[in-house]
Amino acid sequence: MAVKQQEKEIVIALAGNPNSGKTTVFNELTGSHQHVGNWPGVTVERKEGVVRRDGRSIRVVDLPGIYSLSAYSQEEVIARDFLIDNQVDVIVNVVDAGNLERNLYLTTQLLELGIPMVVALNMVDMAERLGQKVDVERFADLLGVEVVPAQATKGDGVAEVLERAVSLARTGGPMAPRSARHNPEIESELAKLEGRIRLSPGSDLPLRWLLVKALEGDQSALARLEDCAPDGFEPTQAIEITRRHLEEIFGDDIEAVIADGRYGFIGGLLREVVTQAATVNRFSLTDNIDTILLNRALGIPIFLFLMWLTFKLTFDVGGLFVGLMDSGVTAFGAWVDSVLPDGPLGSLVVDGIIAGVGGVVIFLPNIAVMFTIISFLEDSGYMARAAFLMDRSMHMLGLHGKSFIPMLMGFGCNVPAIMATRTLETREDRILTILISPLMSCTARLPIYILFTGVFFPGHGAWVIFSLYALGVVLAVASGKLFRKAFFPKSVSPFVMELPPYRMPTFKGTVIHVWERTSLFLSKAGTVILAASVVIWALGSVPWGVEFGSGDSLVGQLGRVMEPIVEPLGMDWRAAVALFFGLAAKEIVVSTMGVLYGSGQGAEGGLHKALGLAFTPLTGCVFMIVSLIYVPCIATVAAIRRETNSWKWTLLSVGYSIALAYTVAFVVYRVGMLVGFR
Amino acid sequence: MAARPLSMVAAGEEAVVVEIRGGRGLQERLSSMGLAQGKRVRVIKSIGCGPMLVAIDNVRLAVGRGQSHHVMVEPCVG
Repeated sequence: MAVKQQEKEIVIALAGNPNSGKTTVFNELTGSHQHVGNWPGVTVERKEGVVRRDGRSIRVVDLPGIYSLSAYSQEEVIARDFLIDNQVDVIVNVVDAGNLERNLYLTTQLLELGIPMVVALNMVDMAERLGQKVDVERFADLLGVEVVPAQATKGDGVAEVLERAVSLARTGGPMAPRSARHNPEIESELAKLEGRIRLSPGSDLPLRWLLVKALEGDQSALARLEDCAPDGFEPTQAIEITRRHLEEIFGDDIEAVIADGRYGFIGGLLREVVTQAATVNRFSLTDNIDTILLNRALGIPIFLFLMWLTFKLTFDVGGLFVGLMDSGVTAFGAWVDSVLPDGPLGSLVVDGIIAGVGGVVIFLPNIAVMFTIISFLEDSGYMARAAFLMDRSMHMLGLHGKSFIPMLMGFGCNVPAIMATRTLETREDRILTILISPLMSCTARLPIYILFTGVFFPGHGAWVIFSLYALGVVLAVASGKLFRKAFFPKSVSPFVMELPPYRMPTFKGTVIHVWERTSLFLSKAGTVILAASVVIWALGSVPWGVEFGSGDSLVGQLGRVMEPIVEPLGMDWRAAVALFFGLAAKEIVVSTMGVLYGSGQGAEGGLHKALGLAFTPLTGCVFMIVSLIYVPCIATVAAIRRETNSWKWTLLSVGYSIALAYTVAFVVYRVGMLVGFR
Repeated sequence: MAARPLSMVAAGEEAVVVEIRGGRGLQERLSSMGLAQGKRVRVIKSIGCGPMLVAIDNVRLAVGRGQSHHVMVEPCVG
């Protein structure tokens, strides 16, 4: 447990539907004081931030976006377990004012938990433009919780939400949250059950909520009831009897009756508090855009064009800055070289650190551009459209469109991609998606492509890189089919996904998003890549006196051992060493080459020339293909291990990718030779 | 009026949900996302064997072909 502070920390949980603007509220609340970690036991990202108000620290936890507190997806399980098991002082429920009815469905369930709550009525601007007026006071009265109008994209109302939440946490809440009243028949049965279960003193489990959920057939709610039921009371039996009784009365599924009741309550509430001046379709613009972007004939070509544009921009816009960074690194290397005395120290800094780390850091602009575009696609709402478009194609793999979102995110970085499989409902789908996601070429592999295309295919970089990404996708599809047949010959799981209205991503949100990812890259450069560069420099320098990085050095001897493995692919021992160390992180492939070939002269200088001599266009291609396919990095392997919770799948993923890389590279090399490429 | 599955509704048509079959999970899931009994649904897209795109008030949902067979609808009255 955390160290107790003088005054108890206030815990605020942010809950709401996906696309309700919850993340924007979170960003506004916590600003840069965010911390991204993992939820215990699972690799789902857990975002929290600590802010201080009047000398008290307030921990704001961003729960995953959910539609319900059922146990349908892992995100829902995480959110509800957090709310039930942790001492949450206040729930801030972010609600999209332009889509009240559906958003309040979750609200009615949150109310049943009996935790003090503030409803942040977000996007009121949008709602007003739609001609909708909300009587906030009446709304708060009927719900029995605080309601604060907000426009989080402008920062309006967020401070007040926090203020109300804090004062609610202090006073323990003057207003009792009012649960949605179910049908009278259900209410009387609930009252009977509540009378029969007395929770152990001190327990603050939300009994009413557990009973409703158990009636809806929720197994984990039932298990919790079993745990705390008094002797002589069998929850499973009692619930089953009640369930049958009620279904007889209504002649319908109890879940349908309860859902009906919730929407009935919401409908009544909205009739009292919302005045609709005119019916304006909020989706008129979105629907118009979708007739084009989701068009039967145009949809997929447009998607492919956008992907190509992504690589083009990554290459060209990023490239503008790469030249500058490269000259900077080269000049810096030359300056350090002139200042430091000749000898081991100078060699370590220039040949080891600057050649290695510098050789990777110059690609920061490309990586930043790529993440900016991916973040834009995600936040604008296009990602969900891509999933919709690809649903049919994904069915070939026995997956559905939703699996496509983690795959697309894999173009940024495989680790969050593997985390993003949390949105998939079945374990089979998750494992299958996890197995094929590493074939999505991440930004860490980009420096390798940019380096090699710069040497061998100047002027055609975007096309070559696009082809490599396409090859990754094709291999992912083929592998997916193979894995589905071999391991999960079952049917496809249900596909239901919301397509949010198109939105212009906020500047702040994009900056936070991109910063999170690029700072990860920078810290990798400062740690793993730096360490690897130093290790390789040391291996290249001993035994003392040999020519640095030559075949006689220790790294050379190591390389000679591995050379027979890569020789059939037309590569030398330096390539083998680079690929070997690249297992730790793909950027290290480039930094190792910088150390072994480049000797601190910057990419444009020595390294380019040396690569031009050591590789041919054909072996350059082969090298890029191997880099694309084999194990992405240690971090991805660790994520796969955590996420699948199985060594079997982890080892399969590692072994398969190495075997596949070798096979494809071998075939390409031999066929290339046969048809006369060099 | 006879109920028919949502999958049979053509693009541009509207209908009212009368029943969701296909197990507890699907029922709760669709309801919580806005596709619940008594709701008016407008089909925006329905192509061959691909997913359907439907509108319920201010919600747009992609519903897999398989799932759309389980949602029973009736024609709207008025």
